[in-house]
Amino acid sequence: MSGKKLERKANTHLSPNELLLFERSSPGKRAYQLPELDVPAVDAAEALGAANVRAEITGFPEVSEVEAIRHFTRLSTWNYAIDYGMYPLGSCTMKYNPRINEAVARLEGLAWAHPYQPESLSQGCLEVMERLEAALAEITGMDAITLQPSAGAQGELTGILLVRALLESQGNPRKKILIPDSAHGTNPATAAIAGYAVENIRSSETGVLDVSALQRIVNEDVAALMVTNPNTLGVFEENIIHAAAILHAKGAMLYMDGANMNALVGVARPGDFGVDVLHLNLHKTFSTPHGGGGPGSGPVAVKKHLEPFLPAPRLVRTGGRLHFDYCREKAIGRVRAFYGNFGVLVRALAYILAHGGPGLRNATLDAVMNAVYIRKKLEPYFDLPYPSPNMHEVVFSDERQAKLGVRTGDLAKRLIDYGFHPYTVSFPLIVHGALMIEPTETESKDELDLFIDAMIAIAKEVETDPQLVKTAPHSTRIGRVDEVAAARKPVLKWTPE
Amino acid sequence: MYPQNFRYTKEHEWVLVEGDTGTIGITDHAQEELGDIVYVDLPQVGARLETGKSLGSVESVKAVSDIYAPLSGEVLEINSLLADAPEKLNQDPHGSAWLVKIRLDAPAEALNLLSAADYQTYIGAEK
Amino acid sequence: MRYLPKSDSERREMLDVCGVGSAEELFSHLPEAVRLNRPLALAPGISEYEIVDYFRERAGRTAAGYASFLGAGVYAHYRPVLVDTVVSRGEFLTSYTPYQAEIAQGTLTAIFEFQTMLCQLTGMDVANAGMWDGSTALPEAAMMAARATGKGRVLAAKSVHPEYREVLRTYARHQGMAVDEFGYDSETGTVDLRDLESKIDGLTAAVIVQSPNFFGIVDQAREAAEMAHRHGALLILVFTEAVSLGLLEPVREADIVAGELQSFAISPSFGGPYAGVIATKDKFVRQMPGRLVGQSTDSRGQRAFCLTLATREQHIRREKATSNICTNQALVALMATVFMTVYGKQGLRELALQNLAKAHYLAGRLKPRFGGKFFNEFVARVGDPEACNRALLEKKIVGGLPLARFYPELADSVLLCATEMSRRADMDTVAEVLR
Repeated sequence: MSGKKLERKANTHLSPNELLLFERSSPGKRAYQLPELDVPAVDAAEALGAANVRAEITGFPEVSEVEAIRHFTRLSTWNYAIDYGMYPLGSCTMKYNPRINEAVARLEGLAWAHPYQPESLSQGCLEVMERLEAALAEITGMDAITLQPSAGAQGELTGILLVRALLESQGNPRKKILIPDSAHGTNPATAAIAGYAVENIRSSETGVLDVSALQRIVNEDVAALMVTNPNTLGVFEENIIHAAAILHAKGAMLYMDGANMNALVGVARPGDFGVDVLHLNLHKTFSTPHGGGGPGSGPVAVKKHLEPFLPAPRLVRTGGRLHFDYCREKAIGRVRAFYGNFGVLVRALAYILAHGGPGLRNATLDAVMNAVYIRKKLEPYFDLPYPSPNMHEVVFSDERQAKLGVRTGDLAKRLIDYGFHPYTVSFPLIVHGALMIEPTETESKDELDLFIDAMIAIAKEVETDPQLVKTAPHSTRIGRVDEVAAARKPVLKWTPE
Repeated sequence: MYPQNFRYTKEHEWVLVEGDTGTIGITDHAQEELGDIVYVDLPQVGARLETGKSLGSVESVKAVSDIYAPLSGEVLEINSLLADAPEKLNQDPHGSAWLVKIRLDAPAEALNLLSAADYQTYIGAEK
Repeated sequence: MRYLPKSDSERREMLDVCGVGSAEELFSHLPEAVRLNRPLALAPGISEYEIVDYFRERAGRTAAGYASFLGAGVYAHYRPVLVDTVVSRGEFLTSYTPYQAEIAQGTLTAIFEFQTMLCQLTGMDVANAGMWDGSTALPEAAMMAARATGKGRVLAAKSVHPEYREVLRTYARHQGMAVDEFGYDSETGTVDLRDLESKIDGLTAAVIVQSPNFFGIVDQAREAAEMAHRHGALLILVFTEAVSLGLLEPVREADIVAGELQSFAISPSFGGPYAGVIATKDKFVRQMPGRLVGQSTDSRGQRAFCLTLATREQHIRREKATSNICTNQALVALMATVFMTVYGKQGLRELALQNLAKAHYLAGRLKPRFGGKFFNEFVARVGDPEACNRALLEKKIVGGLPLARFYPELADSVLLCATEMSRRADMDTVAEVLR
């Protein structure tokens, strides 16, 4: 142990400027070369009809290969990333994206596989899917998995459609979905798209589900309750088994948003505490890269009673072979073409294989340890609205700082000057001026300490120099962006002057 | 601050009754809560408004708020100023940045709404 | 474990601060009844080498090394090396959604360029930052049309990709949206306009046409648009083969374009991840789902980009959101952006011309079933598709898609696709076997 620590995480640094591609473009520049045709050329107007042939792609850029690589490389230097350091974003689970996952996803046989190629030539791909389904079923304690949904939000929609299908098969789809006021915005949006009305259920004063309120409002009009567990405060829903019982007694179901699974893997399983259906986010818990905003993957896990309704096709093993079964009378219908984000599934399976059972559990332990450590260190400086034990994330409020005119958004922007990406600002809505922090297990103690030191320094700045915080960030190449002007007069593409 | 000749709702709309025409807007308190307004979504001329039902919405960067009709009637005119300059709603919510003018079904129902004094008490209490 | 960067002594220090003796104690507040009291039934973690081995073994049992003539919504186009060079940069690969504009200008600028290029390609006024894929972009476009027109019915051509129509039906069912279909002309393979005429009415929000359609044929989208507009409906244009945009005149009469960009350097990857896009006219911009990047200035007056018009989205409108979409496939859209940059204005056209030449060569040696004009795919009547494909497999060629599964009336036919990667010798073999 060298004993040397970084005093500051970040310093100033020259960063390159760069124009847009269209501004670099000049006729005749090229970055490509196609081989000579080995078949006769075809006259486009003859083959397609003259009216169908475009004269040119007006405004489309023409640049050389060197300009292309410099353009994107320069742009990349303007981004923060996990490879640079921690993202303390709550419920995002910004953990390390293992590079081995990238390598295996690019293996030719997997990357070039066409979804319609013969099943005899798809066994390798189908085995990957089968292995992942089995692993996710074990992790969640559920009976069946669909890997089809493209992202968490689509997994949610699939889950609620499954609930609806089961209830419809019983004669009454029912009318509403209960959603806690602490829920992520996709939850009510999903319920609405699935054709349900949303009824909000308020959290108790300790921030968890109020089971007596639940008891009062659950009736035969309620199709399901959507919960996140642990909830968006990072607190385990201690009454979840009781809540499930209340719902089941009235023929309603318990849906779990799996965004916070990083607190549970190997420690507790939704299938064991009464959940009927849940979705997972492979780009959170299972390390697949966010890539600036996608792709993700949102598998759905269900108990037996919902299995018949899973979208077709289902992966089935008969003897030594795997195939897709399309004969599913009760299936809810496809939520997307083909089988799911296979490339993301490969990465998630590689993650699971790398950790193995004991490894996954250890990751959860470290994830919670990191969040509780941050809580203990920051509690003297930031208001903690809900004192219950937190798991993989912790939520503070800006109450102390707000008294001096500084809000959570300002604190977050000042954090950028210390070399970190901000935490989640102003969510969940049940906390006024929330600071939602989730470190994940892949942060070292050094990085955590730098984050803690930065937050404490900022808390002190609020008292001595609040303007510095309110006008942050100061050290980035771009200052605060005028989002109001962007929304009033939207300019959504480049146009020549 | 709050014109005496307006009537107000708890959802922070105001209405000015002149004969059987009503001019509707949102209050200064509302625009302040919303922050910088970026877009206003208004109904078409000829649309019917019902008391208490949404007639459109007001957007800031981070939030959207429905606007509720204080009284029922038919839309006669909408304020075209707001399409190009939504920021006027922050600057002059009680004056040039009115939202719609309607032909009122029942002008007398304005008396069911809050007076300026009552509205000011109401928003004082809200804080 | 190599991804957990703490030593045991550091853990002990931290547990001290947490006020507990062991990590297990951090979970002691969990009710006993929820705890998993056994290890997960999963094998222990394996080394990098073993992971590669596992996947390489599976990759070996696929169609690697075969020539393929499959299209049908997923296309084999060469992926320029620069694409992976760019997307493998940690700043792109491991960054988050660009909500904090000051430290995400790389992502935001690239998306702004993407939006611009998609407008240039499709002839629309505005394009969003991407959708999950073409198949989910379609129902989103349908819901947009319903919102914009206030009507609840859509008419989809049977020549739109069958799986896309399935997805549309799944979403429509719960929006109270009726989805009806109109047929195609069995001679030309284009939409049957008379059938459309007989079915369209004043309650129709949108007519949905794909071009080139599922059969590879350049469809009569302009005529369908004219008919739709006459009845107060919108025209939604779908595309699955983005390379066609390099050569085909865009259907500017369309109101909404919903497409798939997989052809632009996005690996076929057994069905995903891909990147869809929605592009539309200015007047519909506030009805668009998905993320949008806008240009603005920062506090120092510099040009800067940010996410905008977020009030359409789920995290603000919640149950009134235009969609429940959260992710925008940023990394995959970036692959498409790099591809479009590498090929550029001239290259995309040349690429499309090569595709046209290859497919027409193959078609010349067989006989297309439909008389309509086609781009790089066509339907050929072969008698026994399964037997033909078995024979081709023996020659390490994956043949076209037998159409029986989607179009029983075309059970004796296959859908063949040839791209710039198809070799003359392989096409000659296909022609021999299929004749």
